[in-house]
Parts: sequence; C-alpha cells; structure tokens
Amino acid sequence: MKQINVSQITETVKKLCMDANYFLNEDIVDRFKKAKEEESFGMAKNIIDILMENADIAREEKMPICQDTGMAVVFVEIGQDVHITGGSIEDAINEGVREGYEEGFLRKSVVADPINRVNTKDNTPAIIYYNIVPGEDIKITVAPKGFGSENMSKIKMLKPSDGAAGVKKFVIDSVKEAGPNPCPPIIVGVGIGGTFEKAAFLAKKALIRPIDVENTNPYYADLEKELLEEINRLGIGPQGFGGRTTALSVNIETFPTHIAGLPVAVNISCHATRHAEACL
Amino acid sequence: MEKRITTPLNEEKVRNLKAGDNVLLSGYIYTARDAAHKRLVELLEQGGKLPFPIKDETIYYMGPTPAKIGHAIGSAGPTTSYRMDSYAPYLIRYGLRGMIGKGNRNSEVISAMKEYGAVYFGAIGGAGAKISKCIKSSEIICYEDLGAEAVRRLYVEDFPLVVIIDSNGGNYYEIGQREYLNSLNTD
Repeated sequence: MKQINVSQITETVKKLCMDANYFLNEDIVDRFKKAKEEESFGMAKNIIDILMENADIAREEKMPICQDTGMAVVFVEIGQDVHITGGSIEDAINEGVREGYEEGFLRKSVVADPINRVNTKDNTPAIIYYNIVPGEDIKITVAPKGFGSENMSKIKMLKPSDGAAGVKKFVIDSVKEAGPNPCPPIIVGVGIGGTFEKAAFLAKKALIRPIDVENTNPYYADLEKELLEEINRLGIGPQGFGGRTTALSVNIETFPTHIAGLPVAVNISCHATRHAEACL
Repeated sequence: MEKRITTPLNEEKVRNLKAGDNVLLSGYIYTARDAAHKRLVELLEQGGKLPFPIKDETIYYMGPTPAKIGHAIGSAGPTTSYRMDSYAPYLIRYGLRGMIGKGNRNSEVISAMKEYGAVYFGAIGGAGAKISKCIKSSEIICYEDLGAEAVRRLYVEDFPLVVIIDSNGGNYYEIGQREYLNSLNTD
C-alpha cells in the first residue's frame, strides 16, 4: 500500500495556494485574447488589456492577481489504496493554507464566526471536499474563491415543469442582477440536479473545469454555448462599462435528481477563477 | 482625455466631474471596508470623533495583500461597494467627498451624494497588482486588529479611475451599457 506522509500534503497545499493566486491559468489568458478580437467596443477592449497586463505583472512579480486571495477551497481525491501517515489530513491541509498565505504574502480574509466576526489571521480554516476514488494517488486542487463574485451567486429549487427554459432564465437573471458587482468578465458555474446542497457543490465544481473544456454531454455542451451567447448579448461588458464580454465561459455540471425537483445553482466567479492542481 | 485631480477634494472639484470622466487621482486617500465602516459609523452615532478628519476626504474600499519587502503595498484593487451602502450616507453627511470602489450603489447613497456633493469613482476590479504601482506609501492609522480591514492612509500618484456616479446622479454603468447596445443597432 502506498504511504503518503501528511508533511507532503502540507507542502503541496502551501505551494498550490501561492501558484493559484499568482498565475492566471492559460485557458483564461487564451480566452481573453479571443474575447478582445470579438469585442467591438473600445472601452471593453481597454479593460481586457488592463486585466491581461495585471495578470502579466502578477506572474512576473509573484504577486496576487487580485487582493482578494479568497477563502481556500480544497478538493481532495484520495485513492482508496493510499495510506496517509504522520497525522490528520485535515490539519495538514489547514497547515498548508496557513503557511501558503503567510509566506506567499496573501491576504487573510477569513473570520472565525459569521456573526461575531474576528479574523483568524491565517486564512484558515479551508473549505475541504474529500472524494474517495479508485487507485493509490492523492489529487489536490486548491481553488481560492473571492467573495465579490461569491456574493452574487444564487440557488433556486425549480419545478420539473420549469425545464430548460426555467434553468436558462434563472442563470441569465442571476448574471443580470449581479451586473458590475462581480468584476465582469465572469465565469459562470452552473450546477443542475441532485439535492439542494449538491447543486451548489456542482456549481463550484464547474468552476474548476478549464474553460476550454466543454461538458462531455453534447446537450449540456450546447446549453453552455447558448447561455454564453445570451449572456454576452446583455451588454454589461467588462467591469459593467458596456461591451460584449460579460462572461468568458459558462460551465455546467449535472447530477441525477428527484422526480419532484430541479435544483439549480449559479456560482459566479470573476476572471481570476483560480485553481491549481497537484498529484501525490 | 484624463482629468488630473488631487486630494483633498472640495465641492467645486466634485461638481465638475461627470459620469464617464477618466480621472488620474493623486494625493492622500484612506482605505476602509466593511468592519471599519461599522466602527466609524458607530462612533458617529455615539457622538464620538472620527480617528481621521473626513471632511473633503476620499475613502477607497480596499483591503490589500501584505506588502513584500521594498514595496509600499501588495495587490490593492477595489472591493464591491454596495456592502458599504448602509454606512456611506452618514459619512457623506459628515463631509466625505469621494468614494472609490466597484459596482452599484443604492438610492440612499446617490441621494446623499447629490445633496452634499460627493462623487463615486470606479477603480478596475481585478487589477490589484497593476493598481499597487500607483500607491506610493501606506500606513495603518487605526483598527490594526482588523488586519486587512484596518484603516490605511495611502499616498497615490495618478491612480486611474472612472467617475461611475457623479454628484447629479449620472451613472456610467447605465451610460456605457446603453452606448454599447446602441453601437450594435447602428451597425
């Protein structure tokens, strides 16, 4: 049985926290270039240029792309044949976040209690999702999530009769209502199906799929394209200053659901949709 | 064409700004976001004195990342402004002239801006690394216990901003989006 010491997990999480915050992923850089070509509006082109220049500065100087270096969302896929040694995996992940945010000059944005708000000063605890999978590897994805866009996210329990039209309307209305607040251009994570909390989880999960990879089901791949087209006809544009590029991508994830329900969650993310992965 | 403006502002400077104006702002500004606003307004409600003079000053809704050695500040882009909407009218009544952030404001804030003569600037959200280059100094002046949310006094040079809402209630989000949609119809 493969053994992985928790110190390796801490080191990995620490590095991923920094990498995710400094380096804008290539799929997003590529989509920016394409968006700029498709954009007819001068101000919108300027904003895209500024955001690309910002990403260059961040990469070169190892500086966070955005001051909101997020709450650390960590997805862990644990092979069922792995033996974790040396301590608690939960503690190891949080230690990685603590060290990554301190040594990486990242902002500590977590309060210990949602009502009686005192900053934990080390950005812990992380939000951790475990998944047990076949094999003997551990795959860790760190996705720091900023709250300017998180606050614009929504969930709704639609009726089965609402169907695709109801889903589309809810997604579009959510983007419209968010307007300039989440720093467009945005990436729209959509979770459809499951239960109340599963839909929200799927929407989050959709955001860590690269935007140049479409849903494997052709029906949902088409729905992603259709929604993106429609969102980019709203005119909100980069920063909300007008333009075509309101969204860079719509990523949909689905799951079977109950005969009585059609849960839909929309998790909005800005262009700094950060995620960094590693396999142990 | 960019307008060069220096802080402190005054009513005349503010009344001359129109939604959509590109501004390069220089001078001292203060940072405050959610937790600091709560404390500032509680102080005013209890008849206390603010920890910094607010008349004609500008507040930047921002909490930076820590500065690396040799840098004045870390990444330093705007946070979403509507969370400060329940506090901003108080501060405007006490003389606040300028706010820098991103996103929509509510009607109470806009009414106070019109009545007392205040302006709402937008900085580019998501460009925190680039914006840090025009911040030349930063010192914490109060609420250090709040960490990233402490109130800081910044010295900025040619900080690029757009007037989003002017002191007549003109709104650049509405103007810009209308212009774009009209540009499609005339093609």
